[in-house]
Amino acid sequence: MTALARLYLFVVLGILSAPIVVVAGVSLNERKSLYFPPRGISLAWFEQLFTDPSWRGALINSLTIAVCAAVVAVLVALPLAYAIWRYKLRFGALLYTIGLAPFILPPVVSAIGFLSFWATVGLYGQMIAVILSHGIFLTTLPLVTITLGLRSIDPTVIEAAETMGADERAVARTVVLPLIAPYMLSGLAFAFVLSLNEYIIAFMIAGFTVETLPVKIFNSLRYGYTPTMGAAAVVFVLLAIAVFGLIGRFGDLPKLLGAWERKPD
Amino acid sequence: MSTRSTAPGYALAFFPTLALGILFLVPFGIMATISVAHRISGGFYEPGFTLASYWRFVSPFFGNILFNSLLLSALAAVLAVAIAFPFTYLLTRQPRRLQVPILVGLLAVLSLSEVIVGFSWSTLLSRSAGISNLFVAIGLMEKAQSWTPGLYAVIAGLTYVSLPYATMVLYPALSRLDPELPEAARTLGASPLRAFFEVIVPVCRKAIVACLIMAFVYSLGSYLLPSLLGRPQHWTITVHITDQAIYQSNLPFASAMAVFLLITALALVGFTQRFLGERA
Repeated sequence: MTALARLYLFVVLGILSAPIVVVAGVSLNERKSLYFPPRGISLAWFEQLFTDPSWRGALINSLTIAVCAAVVAVLVALPLAYAIWRYKLRFGALLYTIGLAPFILPPVVSAIGFLSFWATVGLYGQMIAVILSHGIFLTTLPLVTITLGLRSIDPTVIEAAETMGADERAVARTVVLPLIAPYMLSGLAFAFVLSLNEYIIAFMIAGFTVETLPVKIFNSLRYGYTPTMGAAAVVFVLLAIAVFGLIGRFGDLPKLLGAWERKPD
Repeated sequence: MSTRSTAPGYALAFFPTLALGILFLVPFGIMATISVAHRISGGFYEPGFTLASYWRFVSPFFGNILFNSLLLSALAAVLAVAIAFPFTYLLTRQPRRLQVPILVGLLAVLSLSEVIVGFSWSTLLSRSAGISNLFVAIGLMEKAQSWTPGLYAVIAGLTYVSLPYATMVLYPALSRLDPELPEAARTLGASPLRAFFEVIVPVCRKAIVACLIMAFVYSLGSYLLPSLLGRPQHWTITVHITDQAIYQSNLPFASAMAVFLLITALALVGFTQRFLGERA
């Protein structure tokens, strides 16, 4: 690795973190102004995020939606991935593609689709509509991670269980499920973080009734920028780093992201 | 294993398929229906069949939006891939214990809400907290100034969000690249830079084209940055879809543009998967 190559890596990483560093700095300002470097250090804006009813309400909405949506995403993805893998369904590839589609298409298209759907059904503006929409929109992530987990199961393990007399249910519950549990958890975590940060779908379905944190930040932008937004951004970045860091620490992040399995060095 | 019946498989796949069908495919059907509905002034529409919303596609208004969207997204995609390709290549050559924290950081930036990215960039480019202060401090500029809203701010923002995305798209292909390839080039006397441009880049050209298209679709999908960092003339089709749907209360026209965007994205992604797919 030449010095030039290392420099390049550092510069790009610097660019990627620059906006976050500035926002973190801004969130520490003592007065309600955006200066960087901050003038006077204060954690009041972080405090406001957790104590001010409207900010805290938005935070609670976001967390509730993200937890429920992540569970929905896994509940949809798990049986689908399992059926495609275990029974080699004839339309397996097609079903898998439909499961991938929500995430690959521009989110605004899904948002308009969800908006027209919930308006027709009559649940427009309800939290349940946001939860279900996020669950479907993000089902791609657990679908990909669980499929990856299923594919990495050694077929002889399954055969051994079958030879020992385990029926379909027993194989699924005692062999497959424990083996893919980490992949399920990763999918759940990915969906959770992305739901937390998702703006356009939440805004279109319930932007004026159920304020999530991104929607709240956007709505407050109109009345001017405050350090509280910076504090919210910092909390979200830290949450994402914590979740992905846990996956990186206990799981195989390079493999999840598509690298071949390699021996640890 | 091959004699097993597939009936329970279909039973198992039934619920997720139903969920995806009702909550993902049906909405697109409704959206398509609304796109041909009659618009009633005052924010509502009644069922019917009119191509009025689609006729607006041939107006100069829409022509400008389209031209602007395609140009901005293409520019952001090219910039992002140009930065991401060497970056990802170098990243995959790092030992694993170094790769993991960088990947964690990339995922954190990638998952960051566009609201937060927009807010961050407008702060970064602002007069009171922006990088121009840094340039003043080191004597490059005389007075701090604001660089937003403006065209360059939009391009910077779009490139920024596409960068971690492009990295993730390139990561599988580059991490599976035979490590002996650059070594062979080096053994034959090529400098590292020459080995990179004359061996690595040509070998990966399919992945690069695929990544360019995916990054293009991705930045075309950015819904907030052009409105947070730019002026109305920089708004892309995605921003106009939101604007028409929510603020102008013209859901038929928003739906028609969404149908257009959907078909464009499907065609591009389908082409990429069909002809440039790296994975089986």
